[in-house]
Amino acid sequence: MTALLEIKGLHAEIAGGRKIIQGLDLTVNKGEIHAIMGPNGAGKSTLSYVLAGKPGYEITAGEVYLNGEDLLAMEADERAAKGVFLAFQYPLEIPGVATLTFLRAAFNAQRKARGEEELSSPDLIKRVREIAKTLNIDADMLKRPLNVGFSGGEKKRNETLQMALLQPSLCVLDETDSGLDIDALKVVANGVNALRSAERGMIVITHYQRLLDYIVPDIVHVFAAGRIVRTGGADLARELEATGYAQYQSEAA
Amino acid sequence: MAAVQETIDRVKGIDVDQYRYGFETQIESEKAPKGLSEDTIRFISAKKNEPAWMLEWRLEAYRRWLTMTEPTWARVGYPKIDYQDLYYYSAPKPKKKVASLDEIDPEILKTYEKLGIPLREVELLEGVERPSAAVETEDGEAAAPRTKIAVDAVFDSVSVATTFKEELKKAGVIFMPISEALREHPDLVQKYLGTVVPTTDNYFATLNSAVFSDGSFVYIPPGVRCPMELSTYFRINERNTGQFERTLIIADKGAYVSYLEGCTAPQRDENQLHAAVVELVALDDAEIKYSTVQNWYPGNSEGVGGIYNFVTKRGDCRGANSKISWTQVETGSAITWKYPSCILRGDNSSGEFYSIAISNGFQQVDSGTKMIHLGKNTSSRIISKGIAAGKSQNTYRGLVSAHRKASGARNFTACDSLLIGDKCGAHTVPYIEAKNSSAVFEHEATTSKISEDVLFYCIQRGLSQEEAVGLVVNGFVKDVLQQLPMEFAVEAQKLISISLEGSVG
Amino acid sequence: MGVAIRKTKAELGLADLYQGARRYLPGGEEITAVRAAAFDRFNAVGLPHRRVEAWRYTDLRTQMKEAKRLASLPDDAAKTKAREARDLFAGAGFRKLMVVDGAFVPELSDLADLEPGLAIQPMSDALAADKPLLSQRLGPVVPDDDPALALNTALAANGVVILVAPGTALSRPIHVAFVTTNWVATSMFTRSLVNIGAGASATVVESHQGPDGSEYQVNTAMQLVVGDEARIDHIKVVGEGNGALHIGSLLANIGARATFNQLGFVAGGSLIRNQLFVRLAGEGTVADIRGGALLSGTQHADTTLAIEHAAENGQSRETFKAVVGDTARAVFQGKITVAPGAQKTDAKMMSRALLLSDEAEADSKPELEIFADDVQCGHGTTTGAIDDELLFYLMARGIPPADAKALLIQAFIGEIIEGAANESVRDALTGAMLGWLGQRE
Repeated sequence: MTALLEIKGLHAEIAGGRKIIQGLDLTVNKGEIHAIMGPNGAGKSTLSYVLAGKPGYEITAGEVYLNGEDLLAMEADERAAKGVFLAFQYPLEIPGVATLTFLRAAFNAQRKARGEEELSSPDLIKRVREIAKTLNIDADMLKRPLNVGFSGGEKKRNETLQMALLQPSLCVLDETDSGLDIDALKVVANGVNALRSAERGMIVITHYQRLLDYIVPDIVHVFAAGRIVRTGGADLARELEATGYAQYQSEAA
Repeated sequence: MAAVQETIDRVKGIDVDQYRYGFETQIESEKAPKGLSEDTIRFISAKKNEPAWMLEWRLEAYRRWLTMTEPTWARVGYPKIDYQDLYYYSAPKPKKKVASLDEIDPEILKTYEKLGIPLREVELLEGVERPSAAVETEDGEAAAPRTKIAVDAVFDSVSVATTFKEELKKAGVIFMPISEALREHPDLVQKYLGTVVPTTDNYFATLNSAVFSDGSFVYIPPGVRCPMELSTYFRINERNTGQFERTLIIADKGAYVSYLEGCTAPQRDENQLHAAVVELVALDDAEIKYSTVQNWYPGNSEGVGGIYNFVTKRGDCRGANSKISWTQVETGSAITWKYPSCILRGDNSSGEFYSIAISNGFQQVDSGTKMIHLGKNTSSRIISKGIAAGKSQNTYRGLVSAHRKASGARNFTACDSLLIGDKCGAHTVPYIEAKNSSAVFEHEATTSKISEDVLFYCIQRGLSQEEAVGLVVNGFVKDVLQQLPMEFAVEAQKLISISLEGSVG
Repeated sequence: MGVAIRKTKAELGLADLYQGARRYLPGGEEITAVRAAAFDRFNAVGLPHRRVEAWRYTDLRTQMKEAKRLASLPDDAAKTKAREARDLFAGAGFRKLMVVDGAFVPELSDLADLEPGLAIQPMSDALAADKPLLSQRLGPVVPDDDPALALNTALAANGVVILVAPGTALSRPIHVAFVTTNWVATSMFTRSLVNIGAGASATVVESHQGPDGSEYQVNTAMQLVVGDEARIDHIKVVGEGNGALHIGSLLANIGARATFNQLGFVAGGSLIRNQLFVRLAGEGTVADIRGGALLSGTQHADTTLAIEHAAENGQSRETFKAVVGDTARAVFQGKITVAPGAQKTDAKMMSRALLLSDEAEADSKPELEIFADDVQCGHGTTTGAIDDELLFYLMARGIPPADAKALLIQAFIGEIIEGAANESVRDALTGAMLGWLGQRE
């Protein structure tokens, strides 16, 4: 069986030459949730951008495969159509574009790219409303311009909504807990947990263990100075909460 | 960064050669002799069977024009126009007198069909398939029921067809070519013509006064709400022809009308002059909504050819509580120079200006508005969205002024510019003049480019570069698009995508 | 325009002034040539009028009725008057330099114990010596062919030259006081140059004052040449007499990663035109430009700013406020230009006018001229009367209406005054503002 995501010896730097990811190996199988934890500045967000194909990063070495296909050879929108979904730490605001308009555009663009039939507007609206209900998203929010004037919690729920609508095969959650109070965190976590399936893999990037109380990972990695320095089970997260990252930072340095 | 660069390159690669309205109609036409003289004007006036006072009016304007010098503008450059090398009158040669649509030259009907302008009332009534208006419905706004639109089609210099005349007549609405109105309602025309834009107003308006050959005339009687949208469709077809149409719209006390205007021209490597004048008069409690989608040929990717669009549009809120609203989507023309304005003369009158101006290739746009506050408690609102791409220059120029007696004047202005690529320019030149202390004027302007992060966010969700740019641009102009009647909004949205992306939306 | 326009009395008078003075004006061959060229430029177009876009709201051709004769060199009586003239910055410990009736007066100036790296000399000497630095700089340091500036170039006889050597941090601000003493109306053309070397820093204050009731004419220009990584704080206070015509030009060329703080304050004069031409020539430069005007009677004050972002990563903030009473008129024109390639420019301009009377007038023309795409630029303008709700709020707390108004005006202009880094400058400007408010009551 091919792995869902396979990262081999990945090195990446930002334009200007600063090395961020330095020799990363990671395999995520279908049905698995991996947590990547680490100190600020370790390169966690960079990893999420590199996987999603954000311009401005240079891959200097290594390979990344999604279901055996060369991910690095694809443009960002192709990756999305292949099932890579990045839940942004700071979702962007687009004035004048209603949330529903955006969802429809993204949903149908992906379908088209996969050679599938586009969904009619009423069907799509029905589908979105159903998901919105489970996430406590008000129908009114769907009419508002995308993320404009949304609270931190609303933005993250909106990310979760998009994830649920687009049904990606690989979800990368970048600091999804940041800016959330405990109630909002539960709603978002429930939304994510509902997407757990044997066909889908997830990478949950977080600084704090808190999120992992609600989204319980199968495997936990400690990420420092651009690579994985330790791997363990869910209990590793709790251990980190007690000991902090200091030992890994010195280890990596 | 690479992603954005790609977008820029793509936009650069798209030239205006993708202009979809660039075909020419093969038809026999009747022209006035080339060049401009009193004889030309007599010829035009005679062709139209005009009353004597009208000829005198034209000649006076012409004599005035001879004493004027062509203006030069800070941000607009073009080679000198040879006014003697133009035809001032061109009309499709009539096979016989036209009594119904069926008798119009089928070539002309075909032209308008190609352009998507419904001249056949029957089609309209049966209801043709409409483009999806899903964007609006998703905002929770109910899709407007398919509305009837009465169309006046102007081909080169003359009006070739006006639809729904009978139905309008029942409501008391006069909607006909101005040449016809001069014969059928001379008193009404004489009472209002030139009272908003005087014959002496400016070089191009004066020229128009002398040589205008047709255009639309609208009169809405007191208390009448015009039962349908009125629309004029302008088409320049002939070579070396200037188009000088004149539109006069009067909304009498308590009347309401919504009027739409569209324009296209064939693709030619020469520049053609379009110098129109539009006058609006709103009496007490009347409201006029005037929408334009201007898509004259913009010239090719080298900047050769295209229409010079030098237009004077002005509305006079003559009565108390009157309202005039201008909405424009400007995507065409090599040079656009127009400032649809409102004279807020009546107490409590209000003016609005909503504009989307998109420039690409070598286009030059200098457009904006003037809001002249004269009456008490007048208000105005200006929303302008400029988008510059390619090697174009896009300028917003606007004046807001409150005169001494205009107590309680209010204005809000927001003009935003978006730049796509680093070879274009976007400029904002507002003039704000308050001579009354109770005036409250607020103006804000921003210029920026599409954020790379926003583009990436869209692309991560599976949109292509072009789709992402289109989505963001459409969001950027949304406030203005919403002002357009539904049919126009959908067309305009498509036009914006085409102007910027070259792909059919 | 091609049409020969008849010269006005003032234009003919200015030509006479130049013809009469040119043989006596300081300067060697090169400078004489620069003057002649400048005068020709002026003479070709004449006094600016409302059809000259940059002078749209200040029609000098109409408003300047005649050219006053050139002021003569200050005699002892004039010097005494100048010494005793009110000094807004007295007691602040600034190094004071005095320009009396257009002439730099060393004996009234504090030239003792110049800090190392600081050099000061009369502009007349520098001109006479035909110093290469000056012949280069006498022409505009930023591209501009404004006719009023050309007139200044042609006729400027004196002023100050302040040179701050690279790396010198001047802790003591320099105050250049321009004082007009003569009751008989004359005209004065002064030109000054401040050159701040790379990495150096200085605070330069200029003040302009003169007697009420005299229709004297001032045409003054200040050139600022600021090196890379240098910092200049420049404050200009126009406190001219109530009949005065004041035309001031600031020409500033700012180097890379430098800091430019500029504050203009108008609380005097009859017809005031303050024009600023600023070029952020090097990358990464930060500019903060503010202006305040307190106008009453029939005053007409025009502030016209043209700032060019010529290099990448520049940041500028422009904030202008005017309080306009009686039949006075405030004009603000501000143009931000972003040159091709000046990416990552961040520029924001705000202008506000507060109208205190029904006959007051405010005209505003903010402009953006953008030729680079990766920029964040914006401007805002508001015009209006004092907010009734605020006024009511204060009155509901027991503050009488006049005091409440004064308080709101103070708050309004306060934002401009706060821009001065130097506390003594802030105090002096606050004092000037309170004085103006006091006169109104």
